[in-house]
Formats: sequence, C-alpha cells, structure tokens
Amino acid sequence: MLHLILFSVFAVIAVAGALNLLVQRHPISSALSLIVVMGSLAVEYLLLGAEFVAAIQVIIYAGAIMVLFVFVIMLLNAGVEERTKGSKVALILGFPAMLVGGLLVAWVLLRAPNVGSVNVGAMYGPPKAIGWLLFHDFLLPFEVTSVLVLIAIMGAVVLASPVRSRFSRPQPEPERQALKAAAGTEPAHEETVTARRSS
Amino acid sequence: MVPLHYYLLLSAILFACGVTGFLIKRNIITIFMSIELMLNAVNLSFVAFAARWHVLSGQVFVFFVMVVAAAETAVGLAIIIAVYRTRETLNVDQVNLLKL
Amino acid sequence: MPGAISQWFSAGDYLLALPMILLSIFALGILLIDLMLPPEWKSINAWTAGIGLAFSTAAVIRIHLAYARAGQGVLSYTGFMGSMMVDRFAIYFFYLFLVGAGIAILMSAHYLEIERENHGEFYALILFSVVGMMCMAAGFDIVLIFIGLELMAISTYVLVGFLRSDRRSNEAALKYLLLGAFSSGIFAYGLSLLYGLTGSTNLQLIGEHLATHMRENPHDPIAILALVTTSTGLFFKIAAIPFHQWAPDAYEGAPTSITGFMSVAVKAAGWAMLLRIFLSGLYPMRPIYVPLLVFVAIATMTGANLAALTQNNLKRLLAYSSIAHVGYMLLGLIAGSSTTPSATGIQGILVYLLVYTFMNLGAFAVITSLRRRDVIGDEIDDIAGLITRAPAEAVLMLIFLLSLAGIPPLAGFYGKYFIFLSLIETGHYQLAAVAVLYAVFGLYYYMRIANAMFMRKAVDTRPVTLSPAMATALAITGIATVGIGIFPDLFIRAAGWSLSIAQPLQLTSLFH
Repeated sequence: MLHLILFSVFAVIAVAGALNLLVQRHPISSALSLIVVMGSLAVEYLLLGAEFVAAIQVIIYAGAIMVLFVFVIMLLNAGVEERTKGSKVALILGFPAMLVGGLLVAWVLLRAPNVGSVNVGAMYGPPKAIGWLLFHDFLLPFEVTSVLVLIAIMGAVVLASPVRSRFSRPQPEPERQALKAAAGTEPAHEETVTARRSS
Repeated sequence: MVPLHYYLLLSAILFACGVTGFLIKRNIITIFMSIELMLNAVNLSFVAFAARWHVLSGQVFVFFVMVVAAAETAVGLAIIIAVYRTRETLNVDQVNLLKL
Repeated sequence: MPGAISQWFSAGDYLLALPMILLSIFALGILLIDLMLPPEWKSINAWTAGIGLAFSTAAVIRIHLAYARAGQGVLSYTGFMGSMMVDRFAIYFFYLFLVGAGIAILMSAHYLEIERENHGEFYALILFSVVGMMCMAAGFDIVLIFIGLELMAISTYVLVGFLRSDRRSNEAALKYLLLGAFSSGIFAYGLSLLYGLTGSTNLQLIGEHLATHMRENPHDPIAILALVTTSTGLFFKIAAIPFHQWAPDAYEGAPTSITGFMSVAVKAAGWAMLLRIFLSGLYPMRPIYVPLLVFVAIATMTGANLAALTQNNLKRLLAYSSIAHVGYMLLGLIAGSSTTPSATGIQGILVYLLVYTFMNLGAFAVITSLRRRDVIGDEIDDIAGLITRAPAEAVLMLIFLLSLAGIPPLAGFYGKYFIFLSLIETGHYQLAAVAVLYAVFGLYYYMRIANAMFMRKAVDTRPVTLSPAMATALAITGIATVGIGIFPDLFIRAAGWSLSIAQPLQLTSLFH
C-alpha cells in the first residue's frame, strides 16, 4: 500500500512537471520543471529497486545535463518564447495528436497480458552486479562509450569556439595584408554567398 | 505491490509529453529538453522491464542511454550556440534559410 | 565471479575489434598531430587519416582471410560475449564504409582549404564515425547497435555543422541534430519494448523469444507498437518518406564532401542496422512488417521522385534522388522477407549499396570540384556549360548520372536489376511495374542536369581546376562505375558471399 502511495505521488509529480514543461513559455521554467520530472523519476527507480540507476539519474541527468541546459539558457539570455504562426498551428495540431497517441499507447500497454508486479524493497540493481555486466558482458559498448564522450567534447569545442581564432595560427599582419591585396576577392566571399542565397 | 503496468503507463505518458513538446515548442532549447524527456521515459520503461525479467541488462542500457543523452546535449547545445551566433534567434521558425 | 580477464577475452576478440581499434588510434593521432602542425602543413592530417583507413582495411582483410582459411565450416565469429558478430555480412559493410570514407577524405582535402576550415578534427571525426558504423554493422546486441548509431550520428552532426561561419551549415546541423535525436528517442523506446517482450538485448535471443511470443498471440499490441516505433527510428536513419524531412536540408547545408559521405557511408550503416534488426530480431513479425514496408517503399519512391523534379539546387536534387534509391532498396527487403523468402532481394540491396557508393560519391565529387573561393557551385546554373569548362568532368558526371538512372552498361543497372528480379521471383508484379515506372521517371531529372552541362552556355567560363586528390577520387569512382558495369560478376559474387550465412535462413527454420 505504501508502495502504491509513493508511486502515485511521484508519478503525479512527474506528469505535472512534464506538462508544466509544455505549458511554460520561458525556457528556464521548462528546464526547472524538467529537473522536477527527473528527480521524481529517480524516486520511481528506487521503488523499482534500481538504486544504481537512481543515483546516476540524479548525478548525471539532474546534476550534469540540466546544469548544462541552464548554463546555456543563461549564456544566450534566452527570453520568452515568441508566438508565431507556426506555433499556433503546432498547438492546434499538437495537443490532440498527443492525446490520441497517449491514449493509444496506454490502451496497448494496459491490454498486455500479465506483466507482473514489483515488491517494494526488492533490489534488482545492486551496483556490484551492474559493474560486473558493464565490464564483462558489455565491455565493447562500454569502451565505445569512451570514444563517444571524446567526440562529444571535441564536437562541442569545434562548434562552439569562435570562428577563425582558434587553430589557424594568426598570420603576421603585413603578410596577411599582402595576401588580401593579392587575392582581392577574399573579403567578397561572404557577401557573394549571402547575395546568391537571397536571390 | 505495484503492477508493472503502472510504470509502463507513466513512461508512455512522459514519452507522449516529450513528443508533443518536440512538435509544439518553438524555442530550440525547449525542443531539446523535450527530447531529453523522451529519453527519460525510455529509461523508465527499461528499468521497469528489467524488474519484470530480473535481468539487469535493462539497467545497463539505461546507463548507455544516459551517456548518449549527455553527449548529444553537449554537441546539441554547441550547435545551438553556433546558430545563435550567426542569427541572434532561438526561434526554430526563424531558422529557415533552407526551404522545407 | 572473479578471475583473470584472459579467461573471457581471447586474442580472437581483439582481432575482431582490430579494425575499430586501429581507426580510433589513428583518429587520436590526428588530434595530437594537428596541434603541432603549422597551417600550411594541414594536408598531413588527410594523409594520416588515409593511412589509418589503410591499416583498418588490412585488419578487415585479416578477418576476411580467417574466413577463407576456415572454409564453409565456420559460419560466423562472435566476440565480446556475443555482443559483436563479425560475419561475412559485416565484413562486406566494413569494406563499404572504408571505401566511402576514403573517397570522402580525398574529396575533402582541397575543399576544406577553400572553406578555410582545414582542421584535423574533421578527419578524426570521419574516422570515429566509421568506428560507429562498424559497431552498427557488427553489433549483435541492441546496446552495441545503439551506441554505434549514436557515435556515428553525433560525429555526423558535428561534420555537417563544421563550416561554422556559414549559416546554412549551422542550420543544417541544427535540423539534423533535432530530428536525429528525436528519431533516436523513438528508436530507443522501440528497443525498450522489444527488451520488455523478450527480456534480452541480444538480437538472436530477441528473435527466438519473439518467435515463440508471436506464435502464442499473433496480434499482441505491444509487439506491434514495438515494431512500429523501432522501424520508425530505422526509417528516419535511412531517410525513407515520411521520415525524410531532415535529409534535403542536411544534405544541402553540409560541406559537399560530407554530403557525399552521408549519402553513402552513413546510409549504408543505416541499412546494415536495418537489415540486421529486421532479418534477425524482428523477423518473426514478418507478416506484420511487410505491408508496412510496402507502404513506406511506395511513398518513398513517389514522394522523392516528384520532389526531385522541381529542385534547382544540385545537392538537394541528389538528396531527393538518394531518398528515391532508398525506396528501390526497400523493395528488395520486401522480396527478402516475403512468404517464400528470396535471397536475391537482400543480395540486390547489397549490390545496390556498393554501386551506389561509387556513383553517388562520383557525382558529389564533381559538385565539390565546382566550389571556389567566391562561388558555392551547387546550383544547376553552376554546372551549366561544364562541357566547355572541363570536358573530362562533364563526361564523368554524365556517366554517374546515367548510372544513377540505371542505364544498362553501367553499374547502377545491376543494383536495380537484382531488386526487380527478386520482386518478380516472389510474385510482386505490381510493385515491380511501379518501380520500373519510377525508374524511367527518375531519368528525367538526371537528364535535366546533363542537359544543363551539355546544352546550356556556361555562366562562369573559367576552367575548373582539379586538385590531385580530387582527380584521384574522380578516377576511382569513374573506373568503378564503368568497371562494375562491364564486369559485374565479381561484385555480385562478393554480395552473394556475404550472405552465405544469412540470418533469415537460420530463423526461418526456427519460426516454422
């Protein structure tokens, strides 16, 4: 009974957070409601006996990823979402589509035969067993993950660093001017590009 | 005792919210958060199924999904910064140089 | 539980992963060397990447030889506790990825200098994305497939947005990222449902459990939901209509050499994953997914061929053409999973992917060579009068276009031929008729480009200069397109060889 109450309370909080994410127009409010969803999901994981997942949910998701989001929102000084024509169309089509889709999936899941139930306090995911799986059965995916994280770092550095100041070593000034004079076309490059696009 | 159906239902609702957010939101960062919500729903369903089968590989998958989400977020936010730098907008309707 | 690692992981495991390990090492090497290179020596990065690809190819050949030595007795080598299976199918795709990446690197070297973005990261990302593709082709566990998919996808997002000062490139990266991440989310949801139905992440076990499950209740809604979500994710990745919206935008905005890379290697990896999942994991659901495939294939061919008619941007036109080709390839999968499965269909897909690699990269190489400091060179007007500016390139482009259209003596014909043959073998006459009709239809927009090249006057009369690397790329793709067309036997046998232990055969016996 206690289990069901805890489940229901946090499920309601999670759904409310998710809906709030949709309703709020300022990205920072959406981000904070997403953190609420993630926190309550961590409790749900604990109720499912997955303590390791619950811990990394808080540490990685709510901790690292959402901090990154909030950081970027602050950095770009993102304001309230504008209402455009596109957003109206999306609203009119989006919510009914969500209702239909959600109901369909719910109906499908509820009709599924005998999935069973969980007992509170049962531990299905001790960290030791998960570590064993990670370094044994899933060793190769785990190693590939390291490459994945590396390219994520590299990609972020490549894309977010300011243009033309980073790797190409700045040429000495006189030489650069001579080059410009010789080429002549160089500064025109960007304009041609935009001009041709707008035509 | 909580039937696993309930967990799956919660996951489906969150997933539907994520899909809806992807479709209706106009701020690029919020759209990206909706995708994170979808991945969270996926994680919940993996953990629930892992509890059903008493097989831990579902929880390991969650670990990998989280790593993927972190990597995607890092690259995605970098792309968003690059877009913002050239256009000064975060509205997805105004990022429309390439015709649909 | 505890014990020495060598108890579980033998040298064989590392041999199977050697192509990936070598690529990663060389990619890391490029990142390190790039820091020390002065700007005028940046071409060393391309050389390093090329050497890395060569070493990786050598490792693949080593695995290939192991099969040759073992003879027909050895069906497949699995490694890393069954999460990886380097069978002949995977080896075939390894070669495709390596060739695609190699030609893309040849195309990039000079192009990046023009764009002033000649950084080592570009080549490192190409190599890392090939690692991801190899995981997708050789993955026999949904965890490895998913991680490989994301590794490839994230590297490609960065590559698409590599021209940071170009607004189109940024925008393409953003759209590709949003739709790519969205489709990964749907795909992961489908995988979670598959896991929930079967309790396993191994494709073999998923297939077996799903077979018993489907026998017990053939119309289980959860199974159908799992099928629909998984295949939605897969269709997104190969850009089949109605999940194609990202492709034209991403193709148009990406650096041209990356567009070529995406249209062949990334697409081939998507196909490897799709074939693996459909033919081993989801195979028991054949009766349900074949109608779905028929719908998607017809929608893809219709939509893409119609949209391609009105395009004036060459990259966009070729993007729609590549979507149309996906439609033809889906027909092969329909034939390969009909009630009397025909291996010809799957063989047709493999031959198609091989010839497509060469002819499409060739076409993109010609477009890449039109790029100059002051001209983007991807509109149809830019290619007008190419015959007077660069006769050799114009003729090559004509060959690539005719091959894409499927004109007989060229390579592209054999791709279509096997697909249509398999459709007729399995009695899908209407589908075959529709496909032939669309193939004729496709000829029109390819000929529009040819018409511009040969009949119209050049807007910009300066001759096109080729860098040695680009000339090599054009020579390889041109010779391959003509060569496969004239001597198709070798390549058709290679595709057949890679299927000699095709999964469906094992599973068919299991299903009945």
